Amino acid sequence: MKALNEMELTFESRSTNESFARSAVAAFIVQLDPTIGELNDIRTAVSEAVTNCIVHAYKDEIGIISVNVRIMPENSVIIRIRDKGCGIEDIQQAMEPLFTTAHGDERAGLGFAVMQSFTDKLTVRSKPGKGTTVTLKKTLSRRLSDG
Amino acid sequence: MLKSNYSLEEGVLTVRLSGEIDHHSARTVREETDTLIQQKRPHELRLDFSSVTFMDSSGIGLIMGRYRIMGLFGGYLRVVNVPEGLEKLMILSGLGALKVIERQGEARESA
Ligand SMILES: Nc1ncnc2c1ncn2[C@@H]1O[C@H](COP(=O)(O)OP(=O)(O)OP(=O)(O)O)[C@@H](O)[C@H]1O
Ligand SMILES: [Mg+2]
Repeated sequence: MKALNEMELTFESRSTNESFARSAVAAFIVQLDPTIGELNDIRTAVSEAVTNCIVHAYKDEIGIISVNVRIMPENSVIIRIRDKGCGIEDIQQAMEPLFTTAHGDERAGLGFAVMQSFTDKLTVRSKPGKGTTVTLKKTLSRRLSDG
Repeated sequence: MLKSNYSLEEGVLTVRLSGEIDHHSARTVREETDTLIQQKRPHELRLDFSSVTFMDSSGIGLIMGRYRIMGLFGGYLRVVNVPEGLEKLMILSGLGALKVIERQGEARESA
């Protein structure tokens, strides 16, 4: 399906960019007239995915993160967050609630669970040594104002 | 941006947070709070979330870590004035089971 509008961001895996990334995505999505709740869901899910790139994918290095957002027909949005970091050995295990490989860091192991429940669809593709791509899809409620 | 304000009164250390809690911003608050816990040994740590406008799972990690530390020192934790917008995440995290979360306006007066 063809996107109605699209944007892409690339930035370094510095933790100050966590708030930049979620705010930029939210600002782009405002054109769909989301509810405050929907916008907050998207900000939270993006924050989880981007933080994972910074904390896990590029653990001891600075790498490049790219975030691509597509506005699709039927009021839905597809967000793809990609890194070229360490990758994930066992995706299924990584996605289990409370699973974390960063015990000393006060990570709750909830990032994927949050992405899953705050969006409609979560897809994770990863190759050890190559990187990880997380895709989030969310359909927004249609509101009365048909802008 | 996350700002924090600390006050200690009758053994209760209150940390008022305002702004957005993420992996980046949680770090300073965590370090400052833990230093104060170790120095002042409060019997209660009260995290006031009334002005928190955003939080992701890093906030859950922040709460769970402080819960553990207060337990180690024989004290307890209360997370008060949690705004409606953060409830979904709090519920998902299972933090409800720890009985430390109080919603906005749910003033449970301490004795
Ligand atoms: N982009 C990534 N690159 C490499 N490993 C990842 C990536 N994203 C997640 N992981 C792995 O999956 C695990 C689970 O991720 P998840 O976000 O659910 O929890 P967490 O990041 O450990 O904790 P939290 O998100 O609650 O702070 C991580 O501990 C890490 O091992
Ligand atoms: Mg995570």
